Amino acid sequence: MAKQKKQLLVCGGKSCSSHNSEVLYDNLCLELEANALENEVSVVRSGCFGLCHLGPVVMVMPEKVVYVKVNPDDTRDIIAEHLIKGRKVERLLYHDPVSGKIIPEEKDFAPLKKQMRIVLRNCGIIDPENIEEAIAHDAYEALGRVLTEMKPADVIRIIRDSGLRGRGGGGFPTGLKWEIAYNNKSDEKYVVCNADEGDPGAFMDRSVLEGDPHAVLEAMAICGYSIGAGKGLIYIRAEYPLAVARLKTAIRQARDYGLLGDDIMGTGFSFDIEIRYGAGAFVCGEETALIHSMEGLRGEPTVKPPFPAESGFRGKPTNVNNVETFACISPIILKGAKWFSSIGTEKSKGTKVFALAGKINNVGLIEVPMGITLREVIYEIGGGIRNGKKFKAAQTGGPSGGCLTEKHLDTPIDFDNLLAAGSMMGSGGMIVMDEDDCMVSVARFFLDFTVEESCGKCSPCRIGNKRLHELLDHITKGKGVPADLDRLMNMSMVIKDTSLCGLGQSSPNPVLSTLNNFREEYEAHVTVKKCPAGQCRDLMEYFIISENCVGCTACARVCPVNAITGERKETHTINPSICIKCGACIEKCKFDAVIIR
Amino acid sequence: METIKLTIDNKKAEVPKGTTIHKAARQMGIEIPTLCYMELHDLNIENKPAGCRICMVEVEGRRNLAPSCATRCEEGMVIKTHTTRVLNARRTVMEFILSDHPKDCLICPKSGNCELQAMANKLGIREIPGQEIAAMSTYRKDTSPSIIRDLDKCILCRRCEMMCNDVQTVGALSAVNRGFMATVAPAFEQNLEYSSCTYCGQCVAVCPTGALTEVDHTPEVLRALADPSKTVIVQTAPAVRAALGEEFGMAPGTLVTGKMVSALRALGFDYVFDTDFAADLTIMEEGTELLGRLNRHLKGDTTAKLPILTSCCPGWVNFFEYYYPDLKDIPSTAKSPQQMFGAIAKTYFAGKIKINRKDLVVVSIMPCLAKKYECQRDEFSTENNRDVDFSISTRELAAFIKQANIDLNNLEEGEFDAPLGESTGAGVIFGTTGGVIEAAVRTAYELQTGKKLERLDFTELRGLEGVREATIDFDGLPVRIGIAHGLGNARKLLDDVRSGKSQFHAIEVMACPGGCIGGGGQPLHHGNSEIIKARAAAIYTEDRKKPLRKSHENPFIIKLYEEFLEKPNSEKAHHLLHTHYFERKKKILVKP
Repeated sequence: MAKQKKQLLVCGGKSCSSHNSEVLYDNLCLELEANALENEVSVVRSGCFGLCHLGPVVMVMPEKVVYVKVNPDDTRDIIAEHLIKGRKVERLLYHDPVSGKIIPEEKDFAPLKKQMRIVLRNCGIIDPENIEEAIAHDAYEALGRVLTEMKPADVIRIIRDSGLRGRGGGGFPTGLKWEIAYNNKSDEKYVVCNADEGDPGAFMDRSVLEGDPHAVLEAMAICGYSIGAGKGLIYIRAEYPLAVARLKTAIRQARDYGLLGDDIMGTGFSFDIEIRYGAGAFVCGEETALIHSMEGLRGEPTVKPPFPAESGFRGKPTNVNNVETFACISPIILKGAKWFSSIGTEKSKGTKVFALAGKINNVGLIEVPMGITLREVIYEIGGGIRNGKKFKAAQTGGPSGGCLTEKHLDTPIDFDNLLAAGSMMGSGGMIVMDEDDCMVSVARFFLDFTVEESCGKCSPCRIGNKRLHELLDHITKGKGVPADLDRLMNMSMVIKDTSLCGLGQSSPNPVLSTLNNFREEYEAHVTVKKCPAGQCRDLMEYFIISENCVGCTACARVCPVNAITGERKETHTINPSICIKCGACIEKCKFDAVIIR
Repeated sequence: METIKLTIDNKKAEVPKGTTIHKAARQMGIEIPTLCYMELHDLNIENKPAGCRICMVEVEGRRNLAPSCATRCEEGMVIKTHTTRVLNARRTVMEFILSDHPKDCLICPKSGNCELQAMANKLGIREIPGQEIAAMSTYRKDTSPSIIRDLDKCILCRRCEMMCNDVQTVGALSAVNRGFMATVAPAFEQNLEYSSCTYCGQCVAVCPTGALTEVDHTPEVLRALADPSKTVIVQTAPAVRAALGEEFGMAPGTLVTGKMVSALRALGFDYVFDTDFAADLTIMEEGTELLGRLNRHLKGDTTAKLPILTSCCPGWVNFFEYYYPDLKDIPSTAKSPQQMFGAIAKTYFAGKIKINRKDLVVVSIMPCLAKKYECQRDEFSTENNRDVDFSISTRELAAFIKQANIDLNNLEEGEFDAPLGESTGAGVIFGTTGGVIEAAVRTAYELQTGKKLERLDFTELRGLEGVREATIDFDGLPVRIGIAHGLGNARKLLDDVRSGKSQFHAIEVMACPGGCIGGGGQPLHHGNSEIIKARAAAIYTEDRKKPLRKSHENPFIIKLYEEFLEKPNSEKAHHLLHTHYFERKKKILVKP
């Protein structure tokens, strides 16, 4: 590795892979061979760069020149121009959509400027299938230090002092969690890594596992040492085959290097890790459900207490942390609690990874310090709303979170502020919506997901969410009445108040937060039966403005159901009871006479 | 004992550590409504998935309401059980549950005995908001020989699942599907018939709604009674008389033997007989078999299989045929009392009254749902004519009596008919756990030792402990007895036998917790184990009142052997009163 002067990093993340980055990788290798450069330049399949909207991405190291939207056919140019002649391939460089300037180097990318990479520190930089690269980037140094210089209580103190809170959604202080598990005496304890990433659109855990699996393995071993566990389990959904493959490779390599297994680094401490597969049920991200699933039982939550730290996997004390939480551990050990707690807000320390999606220019994976404002995320990192539309809301916390609106644009994003705003951190999904999005439909859309993913164990979640969804559907169809809004509110409150686990306790959040922030939209649906965003098909009415209509008959001729009548050269009218809202008339009219109202 | 101080509804209390809020409140006289929760205290059975969310209470300082059934009391807790927040939540959740439940109470078999109906009433639900747009979860109905599953009525309390898996370890029922379509079913949503189900009926016994009910055979019985060409006779199992009264408002444990006989006669049965008679016959056959094997064993015959396992319980037979086919040659080959009765009735008795077996209809009244399956087994038919034609449960009999407008409470005490109605106390105690083996000991002791038994009450064999062991002194010969009730306990005992950890000469197993008195066909206990204890007490009372308490002293049994069977375990007895077992492990069929 050291002998080679240059490296080509090909993003092996899911988004780039699905845009043929695998073929791209093969082509690059072939092209290098054809030019007899294979001994001087290596091609590395790296983890996600976070620039998903620009994929497939290739970065040339060490100069960190980034090529975006690279086709497998572009490989010849990259090799011939950049590597041989030393000229950048301009057409493959990133063109800033705002300034129009060409930005060749990663450090100047607007989406990356405000970011701070702790969790994703090695993603896109190392070859995740090569432990030596990870070690060259400090992997296992923290473990070595912990095993040789520290007592379990010292490690726990550092984690506690760092202020790290669980990144899976709950935000429970990690150090405290470890301490409870440490204090529960047992002959057997377990460390569990929750890699059951279930929020639609969220892929930060997958990116870490695909891009830097050793970060998680090392942290699990550190946790094992701290709480007194000899065994770690990674619960990962089987839909993540690449992450699974890389984890397996990483575990094998770590064992070969004596960094997992018996007598790690000759210190006498033994810790090994096994992978457990989930079938992709959202509820299995809930820690008790996750443990039951690993035990071979139905993936269903049980009442807490007892918490897993007291009675978890096979009834033994078990510490469950999320992938992203584990990925924070080694840097904290290496750089100290003070360093970590200097980042972020008073009660939320460090960084958070968000999966930015929706009606925004730059979608992808970002890691930002806690306390960043929504405005910075959307306008500086995200490059603003697509097509110059107006920002309306951002859904955080996934389907069980809530939406932030214009008034929250300058609120620092952290665990507590999101809760106060009626949303939550969740695992870090962020979906941006613009003026064309109907908030009643948005709430219904998220309910679609929770209704589908409820395990069915408790009645408020099993039946209540279904009823909530039905009522929202009813309203978007224009069949709602004003009293329905009170019912929505009551059902939502009761479901939150009575559900067994976090899924049901948060599933009505999209309803409550849209109802609180956009009540007038709901009212329009149930009183005048209009959808202000013009999205609810059943509430649309196609209408011809008489001033604009010249009576050309084009619309009447194209209408498939003969809903439009009118004499030649006279104003036409649409019969709404016949109209099927297909939109053909709008398309046909050259005079902007047909509108939706 | 460590205790915890807390406040519930402004009242202070101190409870042992580990007590749940629900139990603490109950001790203080506050009854928090529950739906999915169920406890059979003395049997160590508890169901608390905390799934229905009806028993929610407000705990000061907690963000959400807490399920009182599954939340442990903590020091200094301040709990409110009926704030407006709690009442509104309870009502709303109940409306949710009802919105996905059929409203056909008028024709539901559980109407009047349904816990959901009672709760809806208690909470004063008069309408279900949004019902007009509410979709209902619907499932395929499934009818097995004993049990009907109508899952549209399932509220996912998971009691059946808990009984089937944790208590019985049968593993036929578990939750399947997710979310709105979640329900409880055999694997792959197969029919119950293709599962490991033993038809013990414990799922039916605990189902709060009409989701699990027995197959009702009273219409067939009515048809037979109405057919003038048929002679219809009935046999009543021992546990029925100790529970039937409950269906007519009598206190649990009220014996209604005489009234039951009168009611059956009033219903039009031509002869009212007693399964207890057949129980005495079972003791003769099984006891003789036990002594045979025991004496061969004592003489050093290694082919003598010990322990001998009782075989009167059809749920248990189904269980070992499914899970312990390798041990199928150790249970007694004696048929169950129900089937011995049927075999004798359709041969000896049909001959006595000079009719063809096809014109004789044998009906059994059983505390059991597995008996419905048992009487349908191929080996218990002769030329397509069953030895026992129909088996109906205690509950079905009660309903039948009510339909016929018979006032059980005010009936005269009737007497069983001869010759198949005469029984001893030994036959009666078959109805409770430990009873069969106690009856067997009473007879085997005297046959083995030739001495008269001074003490007839073997209290060491009684009780509700799940697995019991005792050594009975057969005049110097120690006989090791094992007893299990509930199939999970049977499994424990059998695993110990199989591994050689335990050594017994004889083992009694009853599939249902408490024995037949807690059977799947009995009046519903609704989670009150006192009812089961009262029934057991009634059974022992009946035993004590009997002038004869040892099976071999039953004069009609003696006469039956003299006139018909020659002697216990004779060739004829073997032909009529013994059976054999099959490996029942079924292939999983992919078609429903």
